[in-house]
Amino acid sequence: MTVRLSVNGETHDVDVEDDAPLLWVIRDELKLTGTKFGCGIAQCGACTVHVDGQAIRSCITPVASVAGKKITTIEGISAGGPTPVQEAWIEHQVPQCGYCQSGMIMAVTALLKTNPSPTDEELAASVTNICRCGTYPRIREAVRALAAKG
Amino acid sequence: MATTRRMVLLGGATAAGALVVGYALWPSDRIARLNALDTADGEQFVTNWIKIANDDTITVVIPHCDMGTGIFTSLPQMVADELDADWSKMRSEQAPPDKLFANGALVEAFALNGAKPPAFLQGLADNTFRFVAANVSVPPIGYIPQITGGSSAVRGTGIYGMRVSAAAAREMLIKAAAARWNVPVEECSTAECKVMHEASGKSFGYGELAAEAAKYSPSPTPKLKPKESYKYVGKPVQRFDIPRKVDGRNKYSIDTQTPDMLYAAIRISPVFGGKLKSVNGDAVKGNRGVEKVISLDDAVVVVADRYWRARDAVATLAPAWENGANGKVTSAEITQRRRDALNGTSLKTDVDEGDTAAALAKGKVIEAIYEVPYLSHAPMEPVNATACFKDGKLEVWAGTQDGLGSRAFCAEAAGLDIENVTFHLTDMGGAFGRRLPGQYNFLTYAVKTAMALPGKPIKLIFTREEDMQHDFYRPNVMSRFKAVLGEDGLPTAWVNDYTTDDTANPQAHILYGIPNQKISAVVVPTHVPTGAWRSVEASWHGFFAETFVDELAHAAGKDPLEYRRALLKDKPRHLGALNTAAEKAGWGTPLPPGTARGIAIVESFDSIAAQVAEVEVSDSGVKVKRVVCAYDCGLVVNPSGLTQQIEGAIIFALSAARNGAITIADGAVEQSNFPDYEMIRLADCPEIEVHLLETGDRVGGGGEPGVPPLAPAVCNAIFAATGTRLRTLPINGQTITKQG
Repeated sequence: MTVRLSVNGETHDVDVEDDAPLLWVIRDELKLTGTKFGCGIAQCGACTVHVDGQAIRSCITPVASVAGKKITTIEGISAGGPTPVQEAWIEHQVPQCGYCQSGMIMAVTALLKTNPSPTDEELAASVTNICRCGTYPRIREAVRALAAKG
Repeated sequence: MATTRRMVLLGGATAAGALVVGYALWPSDRIARLNALDTADGEQFVTNWIKIANDDTITVVIPHCDMGTGIFTSLPQMVADELDADWSKMRSEQAPPDKLFANGALVEAFALNGAKPPAFLQGLADNTFRFVAANVSVPPIGYIPQITGGSSAVRGTGIYGMRVSAAAAREMLIKAAAARWNVPVEECSTAECKVMHEASGKSFGYGELAAEAAKYSPSPTPKLKPKESYKYVGKPVQRFDIPRKVDGRNKYSIDTQTPDMLYAAIRISPVFGGKLKSVNGDAVKGNRGVEKVISLDDAVVVVADRYWRARDAVATLAPAWENGANGKVTSAEITQRRRDALNGTSLKTDVDEGDTAAALAKGKVIEAIYEVPYLSHAPMEPVNATACFKDGKLEVWAGTQDGLGSRAFCAEAAGLDIENVTFHLTDMGGAFGRRLPGQYNFLTYAVKTAMALPGKPIKLIFTREEDMQHDFYRPNVMSRFKAVLGEDGLPTAWVNDYTTDDTANPQAHILYGIPNQKISAVVVPTHVPTGAWRSVEASWHGFFAETFVDELAHAAGKDPLEYRRALLKDKPRHLGALNTAAEKAGWGTPLPPGTARGIAIVESFDSIAAQVAEVEVSDSGVKVKRVVCAYDCGLVVNPSGLTQQIEGAIIFALSAARNGAITIADGAVEQSNFPDYEMIRLADCPEIEVHLLETGDRVGGGGEPGVPPLAPAVCNAIFAATGTRLRTLPINGQTITKQG
């Protein structure tokens, strides 16, 4: 079964089951390992990618359901150098182990596209990803700074 | 012996500034061996851990792992200062898992010099010597592998190792330049990666001198800089690793890619200690991509060409397990066993001061029993490892808290000589103690899988469920306190009987000067595997003691801050931290109804952490709104990085205090993933304020000591808000009602 995927602007025909999880197809077939496995049940958000600009959790997304749609991973948004979100992450020294940060950055990037100046509450309602190192205070600071710039 | 070995200094400054010097074995060929093992073109080791390249780039080779704590930047800060380096020339990299980079050299150093290493280094020695002795062919005095734990990288490797090694290297560079110029070393100075001769105006870059400098013996007594002249230590230097952690480039264990890789998923006996009785592997043999079903002693593994195929296949198997008596154990029964043990006769006393029996007889005894549950580490990256067994050699890729020890462990698991094992230590998505020695079940299974299917690398990844149900848990423990107050309201007697999984806990010893004290432990073994969880025993004794002290303050009718001040009146560092936290938090200022503050102070890993939590209790539950932490670790290397660690520790502790409980039913863990082992997320993250203090002579740790005061500060705030005293955790699920 071949599924045609558009990932980071490139088209890939992958020979996988329709219900193969998008996360593992991205990681194991396309060798894009920036997207992470954390829980497998859409609880933690480490696997967040964009599908047509929306943040989705790829670990429970059957690959056939996103055939033909525009999929963007952390590698895709980074291709042109650091984005304002990534620059803010560096300036505020957000990551510790860094494992969840691809998902965090994808979730925050999607939010800021529709709401460039979120309140703390809007941020918390939209970005429900888990970070075990506890980088939330700095994520909040970085987003406050981005929101102030609008 | 003496003629074939030189000595390298490994020491530290005492309070008075004099050097305490230790020596490590420094075979004359050490530099050559280091160069052969771990240099690129144009690089040269000058002393242990420090490489200098032709272009003056200085690379610090770190004998620890990167699990997110920032030591790959803070240790280079310490080196840069002692070496008079230019920060733009500083780099760091992972040490290979080789004996040349065993950080046990620090302990050897003390041992050879006849001096006693600091207590925390002794702990590392005790824990690892046994393991090493059993697993590795070692020189007579043994060596410590490459442990990252015990909040020891800066206070151990940094203070006793790297700083001194860098100062020695600087002196060697000066000697090399002075020899070239034929001038006395006293006429030479260093700055920004250069040795300068002021009178002639000449200078050499470090890169030009490295090879000659390396020929000198490192001085046993290099002059260390006074703190006032540090340029980099104490500054919020940006971490080297962060740019590659924001764009997906950073590689973790799970990202290991090799040609022809296969993937494996595992189901381990749900009951700890259970055995695999049988499994019908034929059920999945026709599945797409499935290569092999492997029956292990206590697990079944499916190997496939893709991870999800292995995972889905192993999930459909119906293994039969032999559970034995453990299959009936429940949390309630474990709790009962602990209560019985506290009432039994096996308690062993390790603190017995004054006459507690007489003191208890003189007043009303205040008694309380505290208990905390098992906790899982749940790092974001579930444990995993890649292994390949080919032509009698084993190659392994994994993130662990001890690269060298892991290599030895894998050799043992495979029945191979360590020389036939290559171990690639990767970065890891969090650890918090999960990836320490003694907790390498993921390595065991990866190695056994590789041995069962030789010739191909196989990446074994635990699902989140397997990770959570086959962890090495923070122990479930219990404490029973008895105290009596004197006329001034302060305790005259303090009795603490507690349960432990293995040995007595030094962290049960209290900060407070109470005249009659008796502290006793009883070992209550269970079949549940336990291990070090960020802040280890301080995580429970901090909660127990600091909540019980709050009970005593209440019984005495005193303000909890004033009460602690009175108890700590002879301890200026503790008082300083306590007062800072209280002042910055606005202790005593009015708060809205239903909101209150609680305070706690715990010393662990040689650092003092005082926290004030501001907590709102309403119909919708408990909300921690703000946490203020004062933190005194003696020396702050990177204030930004250290603040990160403390913020993270507070959130880690809050997840546990609010929600964390691993419970046992039918011998197995009941929780399986984040819905039933919930974490703090952005919505519940309090405002956090960290105030760093630098007093005292000892340098304390940074990774763990922020954890222990959080739970008692929050529970003391809940008491202040409602009058409900919580003596167990987690908070959620307990009834909190406004008392009279």
